[in-house]
Amino acid sequence: MTNALSTNIIQVRDLIKSYGSVPAIKGLTFEIGKGQVVGFLGPNGAGKSTTMKILTGYLQPTSGTVKILGIDVTENSIEARHHIGYLPENNPLYEEMMVMEYLEFVAQMRQIPKSKRRMMIDKAIHACGLEPAVRKDIAVLSKGYCQRVGLAQAIVHDPQLLILDEPTSGLDPNQIIEIRSLIKKLGEEKTVLMSTHILSEAQSTCSRILIINDGKLVADDTPLQLTQQEGGSIYVVVASNKKIQLSKTEVSRQLASIFGVTKVESIDEYKDAGVAMIVSYDKQDPRSDIFQKVVSLDWILLEMRRKEITLEETFRRLTKE
Amino acid sequence: MNAIICIARREMQSYLNSPVAYVVLGIFLLLLGYFYFSTLFLIGFASMRNFFSIAPMLLVVFAPALSMRLIAEERKSGTIESLLNFPVRDFEVVLGKFLGGFGIVALGLLFTVPYVFSVAWLAPKEMSFDYGPVIGGYFGLLLLSSSFIAFGLFASSFTKNQIVAFVVGFILCVFFFLIDKAAIILPYSLAFIFEFLSVDTHFTNIARGVLDSRDVLYYVSLTAVTLFFTTRMLRRSRG
Repeated sequence: MTNALSTNIIQVRDLIKSYGSVPAIKGLTFEIGKGQVVGFLGPNGAGKSTTMKILTGYLQPTSGTVKILGIDVTENSIEARHHIGYLPENNPLYEEMMVMEYLEFVAQMRQIPKSKRRMMIDKAIHACGLEPAVRKDIAVLSKGYCQRVGLAQAIVHDPQLLILDEPTSGLDPNQIIEIRSLIKKLGEEKTVLMSTHILSEAQSTCSRILIINDGKLVADDTPLQLTQQEGGSIYVVVASNKKIQLSKTEVSRQLASIFGVTKVESIDEYKDAGVAMIVSYDKQDPRSDIFQKVVSLDWILLEMRRKEITLEETFRRLTKE
Repeated sequence: MNAIICIARREMQSYLNSPVAYVVLGIFLLLLGYFYFSTLFLIGFASMRNFFSIAPMLLVVFAPALSMRLIAEERKSGTIESLLNFPVRDFEVVLGKFLGGFGIVALGLLFTVPYVFSVAWLAPKEMSFDYGPVIGGYFGLLLLSSSFIAFGLFASSFTKNQIVAFVVGFILCVFFFLIDKAAIILPYSLAFIFEFLSVDTHFTNIARGVLDSRDVLYYVSLTAVTLFFTTRMLRRSRG
């Protein structure tokens, strides 16, 4: 059933999903190769969870194809589900069960043969650091431990693909770091697609980021690329060589004449001898030109620093209407 | 097959882990015992006939009460999503749930088996107790419960709210239980259909000790059709 030629773990083509007449996903196409940890970002209601539910075979797409390891999830849903481990949003668990009981139930439902069941459950427990909670009722566990149970049930059948819907939501900072490192560790062997609202998390955990907005893909790149795009701004402080105060308009005029600079703003709060400016540019980084300009005018460059674009800014730019 | 048993077993375990099941089963047994034994000594005849006319009426209420949580609770807590993500077909989930609910009702009925022996012991020595109708009666009760549990499961499949599931399940059970009572006011041809549709008519046949394949077939098909619609309902939640 598995297509040997395809190295893609996930293959989504022209995916459309409507709830009644309300469109949730409006044509989504992407591929995810083996061994990637991919962050899935987007504002609430953009269609992240819907996409994930379609990938796992829980929801039926309205149109388009989704293949997991080359297996079509609509035509061969059961077969495809064998290869997926899924942590749903809010991590629903049977609270009245003990952790061990629950994992045994999951292992049976995953059709792991009896001879291997014990070993695979133990492996999942070990991988998720669940040993201290094995004999406890799920209802009494802390949220962090519940999340570990959720991850353990997702990996108990050793799937190639893990789909995690907001795995760190509702956890405290310590638990977030624990779960994040757990995901990183799992990502060494498996392909992981995780959605999150914590952008720094996507930046630190994922090797690739997909951003969707309003049911469409708006970005698909590495975290580095997404934060180093064309354009940006530079913080510059200059002072005169001759102990006299430079005029703001003069500095502004000179800086604006540099090729590629689109906007120069002065910063009023600057109290020292120099004049502080924010220089915006659209294409090429003008830092060397600024330096040369300042030297040619016989001024002194006190400070020059490029302002980093954060993933937050990229996210906001791509997803605001 | 494995998955069906696995779901059914989990279902029964979670029933037996919760106090609600004991309360519901306890009240069921208490009412059944009370109604039965309070008339038994007035009649002065060692027979289980009254037991088998009271039990179906109680099941009309208790079967949907026991089955209301089966799917509705999973919808409410969200576990339905993980359940439907296992590599298992939808009808296997439905069958597992059905067997779980049925198992609990069967367990409740099992607790009434001592009644049989105490009544048999009360029977005068010269008249031997007739076990035939009793065996038929229990068989009939199991068939009847299977269709009631199926109604309850169906009602549980389209809502998050267990109370709604109970009310809808109860209405379905009452409808199929009382439908033959309406036959009196109907013309013969219609009355015949109504009587045939009634759960009670077929039960009375079986409880008399006459095992007719038509009666068995009636219950089996009623259960099967209801479970089919339950599966459809579950599939609809996949959007």
